[in-house]
Amino acid sequence: MKTVFKIAWRNVWRNKLRSLTVILSMILGLWSGLFTVSMMLGLNDQRMDSAIDSYLSHIQIHHPSFTENYDLEHTISDYDSLSFFLKEEKSVKSFSSRTIISAMASTAHGSAGVRLIGIDPEVEKEITTVHKSMVKGTYFNSIKSKPAIIGKKLAEKLKLDLKKKIYLTFVDTDGNQQRIKLKIEGVFKTASSLFDRTNIYMKQQDLQKILHNSSAVHEIGIICKNLDVVDNTVDSINSKFKKNKAESWSKIAPELGYAQEIMGSVIYIFMGIILIALSFGIINTMLMAVLERKKELGMLMSVGLNKRKVFYMIVFETIFISLVAAPIGILLSYLLISYFGIHGIDLSVVGEGLEEFGIGTRIYTKLSLNNYWNISILTLIVTFLSSLIPARRALKLNPAEAVRAL
Amino acid sequence: MNVIETTKLFKTYSQGDIQVNALNDVSINFEQGEFTAIVGPSGSGKTTFLNAIGGLDTPDSGKVIINNTDITQLKSNQLIDFRLRNIGFVFQAYNLIPVLTAKENVEFIMLMQGETAKSRKSRTEELLNAVGLKEQINRKPGQLSGGQQQRVAVARALASKPQFVLADEPTANLDSTSTSNLLDIMFRLNQEEKMTFIFSTHDQRVIDRAKRIITLEDGKVISDVIQ
Repeated sequence: MKTVFKIAWRNVWRNKLRSLTVILSMILGLWSGLFTVSMMLGLNDQRMDSAIDSYLSHIQIHHPSFTENYDLEHTISDYDSLSFFLKEEKSVKSFSSRTIISAMASTAHGSAGVRLIGIDPEVEKEITTVHKSMVKGTYFNSIKSKPAIIGKKLAEKLKLDLKKKIYLTFVDTDGNQQRIKLKIEGVFKTASSLFDRTNIYMKQQDLQKILHNSSAVHEIGIICKNLDVVDNTVDSINSKFKKNKAESWSKIAPELGYAQEIMGSVIYIFMGIILIALSFGIINTMLMAVLERKKELGMLMSVGLNKRKVFYMIVFETIFISLVAAPIGILLSYLLISYFGIHGIDLSVVGEGLEEFGIGTRIYTKLSLNNYWNISILTLIVTFLSSLIPARRALKLNPAEAVRAL
Repeated sequence: MNVIETTKLFKTYSQGDIQVNALNDVSINFEQGEFTAIVGPSGSGKTTFLNAIGGLDTPDSGKVIINNTDITQLKSNQLIDFRLRNIGFVFQAYNLIPVLTAKENVEFIMLMQGETAKSRKSRTEELLNAVGLKEQINRKPGQLSGGQQQRVAVARALASKPQFVLADEPTANLDSTSTSNLLDIMFRLNQEEKMTFIFSTHDQRVIDRAKRIITLEDGKVISDVIQ
């Protein structure tokens, strides 16, 4: 078998140009495929991270019916004991309570349906990154009377600027229409333009006063110590506080959870397609090699090389090509993905479009070592399968005819 | 003692609508140490006959007995192993493995036979020395002349210590000097080692050196002369 190995290896380099062409195409295929996949994963991760950091948090707790119609009366039950539990729970890093109402925002220039979120500004800093997303003004520290911060898109739509007034109309628990006036202290801009278009933050204390309910809490946002403990924490909260409903980020925003789930498969489907396309090149090259070497293969079979070894020789030859190409392609991909994983790719040219999807303008490529490993195995499997056709063709040769082939 | 016995070999090929009798009731025996040329015009059945006794092709009927084994009854894989251990081949176009050196080409057969490294090395050197290529053992076929390549092919054919060597028009691609050198070598090996050589040829120089000349025409033996 050692000799068959040796012949197969040397055969790879018999027609250097042809072998190098196949090797180069495999390198480029793997390189571009892995890089594209890493961008897709990076985009998805960023979309997920920015949603979690901007507004979603890892877990949200509501009254079970609150999210159906944002009814003001659907407040969180047993808030004090729930709050105590969350403080003690080891998997919870921090949490923040929010009071939320749906309202109609209006200015002299227009109106828009919004979600008015009452927060404790200092506590909220532990949960979301809105305080870091200020593009104008300040984050609840300059205006004393009913300050509000609004999303940039909403500010543009309603032509609002700092220190301007915004009027919000909502229906209170008695069914009466209420109208409140807030003063713009700051404008934020997150990665999601949809979020920026529909949300206004104000101090929770102010909102609770307006609602005449100093303990009205509609939502608790929780950040866990890591993503792996999220589901267990959700189960733990739900089993202890049955009157409330805790949901993980993937349940609250199923499109994000689903995207995360399918990304795991997409990488292999995408790379599978690239590798299948490459396999046609490999099959073509190896078939040409077999047909060109008819006489030689005929001679080998004539002098006593059995069919099993002839088969292995062609298979090894094909696999050697991928053993040269795959490590180079994967190493180049690793270097490129690692570089852009740290420095990011500036996509500000298409920034506005990306923001519509809740994605920032700098994409950080990402691919796990597990993915590299699996793609390497996938490459070898596809190469092995590609070798079967030329190897089978070689086996079909009649030594007596092949040896006299022109 | 007969090395090869063939009995009533028939082989027919179809060429379009025409049936060609490549072998038509051929019965020839070969003894140890023969130096035989099989001659005849193109299409007379020379190569078909060599393929039949070399186990590369199976006749439609008849027997080919080598070492008490009727090789027409062997299965494909058994035939491959039989060829490896009993028959040496020299082809018209040398058919060396281009990626291996002269030494490696000769060693290759012994490697497949499972010979030890020591015996492979000594026999390879001995054979390449015998065919006058001691200085060229590390050259690849592309670095050797046609005559030298054919000499490597002869060394390779002998490497497995076969019962006999089949050579299909071995001098067809060689100039007269190379032909003469090759024939000298084969003749010497025949004389000294009693190695049986069976050639198919058109080449008068080979015919002149052969001890026995069998002439085929339309798949039939029309003469069998010892000279």
